[in-house]
Amino acid sequence: MKKSTYALTILLLFALLFGAALTGICIGRLSTNPMDVLNAIKSKLGIPVDVDEAMEIVVFSIRIPRVLASIIIGAMLSLSGAVYQGVFRNPLVSPDILGVSSGASVGAAGAIMLGMGIAGRQAFAFIGGIAAVIIATAIPKLLKNHSNLMLVLSGIIVGGFLSSLLAVMKFVAEEQTELTTIVFWQMGSFSNINLKEIFAIGPAFFLGTVLLIGLSWRINILSFGEIEAKTLGMDVKKFRGIIIACASLLTAAAVSISGTVGWVGLVIPHLARLIVGSDHIKMIPVTVLLGAIFMCIIDTIARALMTVEIPLSILTGIIGAPCYALLLYWQKANIS
Amino acid sequence: MLAEIKNINFSYEEGHSILHDISFPIDKGQIITILGPNGVGKTTLLNCIANLITPTAGEIMLEGRALNKMSPKEIAMKIAFVPQLIVPSFSYEVLSYVVTGCAPRIGTFEKPKKFHYDIARSALEQMGITHISHKYYTHISGGERQLASIARALAQRPRIILMDEPTAHLDYGNQIKVLKVIKNIAEDGFSAVITTHNPDHALLLGGKVAALNQNGQFVFGKTEGVISKEFLSMLYDTDLHLYHISDINRDVCIVPTI
Repeated sequence: MKKSTYALTILLLFALLFGAALTGICIGRLSTNPMDVLNAIKSKLGIPVDVDEAMEIVVFSIRIPRVLASIIIGAMLSLSGAVYQGVFRNPLVSPDILGVSSGASVGAAGAIMLGMGIAGRQAFAFIGGIAAVIIATAIPKLLKNHSNLMLVLSGIIVGGFLSSLLAVMKFVAEEQTELTTIVFWQMGSFSNINLKEIFAIGPAFFLGTVLLIGLSWRINILSFGEIEAKTLGMDVKKFRGIIIACASLLTAAAVSISGTVGWVGLVIPHLARLIVGSDHIKMIPVTVLLGAIFMCIIDTIARALMTVEIPLSILTGIIGAPCYALLLYWQKANIS
Repeated sequence: MLAEIKNINFSYEEGHSILHDISFPIDKGQIITILGPNGVGKTTLLNCIANLITPTAGEIMLEGRALNKMSPKEIAMKIAFVPQLIVPSFSYEVLSYVVTGCAPRIGTFEKPKKFHYDIARSALEQMGITHISHKYYTHISGGERQLASIARALAQRPRIILMDEPTAHLDYGNQIKVLKVIKNIAEDGFSAVITTHNPDHALLLGGKVAALNQNGQFVFGKTEGVISKEFLSMLYDTDLHLYHISDINRDVCIVPTI
């Protein structure tokens, strides 16, 4: 892919993201007239226009935070998926398949039971996610089997165990308060999101994304395998550790506010690879943008399609799973 | 002398030693062919020199410094490693693959620049495979992959290039092509240490032979001095003959019959 084509692709994706965000802000139960929304934004910017006060509140305290959240979370989950796939040289893994999402969920649920706020939830989710990825990668090492399939199986074992652990936690949680919070959080909805929560995950998003974009070329080298990376002069353990920690931080931050949203982290990186190729220098920015666009659209559909809101994971699965099958079919010559 | 392997031992587990008291020098522009039957530790020896594993005893000196005291980056600037053919999980363009040879000289958060791509391009040119620069690594033939791997090693601008069975899995024509390339890069001043299962390759390459036999004995010396009918027959535990063919003016190793 030529440099100019790539620049154009990025520009196009930014335009799409802007369009998706605007659509997301305009669509909702109160009014679907984009003019009303535009007026609300104008008035906030200090331009005197006729504006419905209710509309202003809806746009600024409900829709914009929600669209922002969907964009950030889509970007975080896709990016962490792309990075796990690169570092583990395995196009079959994702935050869900490695058990990281489940680990982060157990951590976050624990924090909720201890009565912690969003900061504590994030910290606990990070610890849970890191613990899950460490165990998931330790099992193939113990069995001395480094095949792609073994890592996937190991992730399923860890994920399965941790999901059951989460079920136990729900079972013992106090019904009136803790359980309700856990259940609502875990369903993966953006409906209660506020700006405070978005600010809380901001640092994790910023840190993880900046570091991973900075290290994107190193991920290429790690994806050749340990021997090649080492003979190219890389401190494999250090880089792999930093990169996995960043990816887990992103997953944990996403899980801590929106619960488990499946499929995004698996499908979007494949789509990005299909568009710009496997080179992580190009593929990682595209993954971030695609993930943001995808999630923004999914969330808009989730609240616009029916009068009752559809849980996100249902939509990401219904759309993501067939997409994944299609993508695998298209790129079968490029992965092994 | 560029590097020196000094009395190294290696064992994967206690009491079961693979390499025993191995010493030899690596000189500039020299080709060293490691010969020996399956399982004697040819690759293990190569991995020790690549610092992928650490000898259990003895040491390896590189330009007067102990290898195990150097950082991976410092070693990678002097020693390049061409592993056996691998099929990567992701497909990169050949040029993107070759440019990773510049990794030891590129900062942690940096990405390769035009300067580095130029190095990669000239390495591809040296291998005569410029035409596949923008093809995907998974879409090229085994021979082309091997040449691309050697191009990457050249882009690393090392002193020594280690190759683990560079002719394995290649058809006869490509095997000879790779041997020619090895000879050429040695003439350009790189030292090459390779492992092979074909003693004839050692004869074709000339240079020196490092042979490991079943009983853990190690022989090092000039190829023509070391390789003889008796030596090869003993090394591979097979009846092998060595003939001088005057038409081509070289010794050839052949099997009389099976």
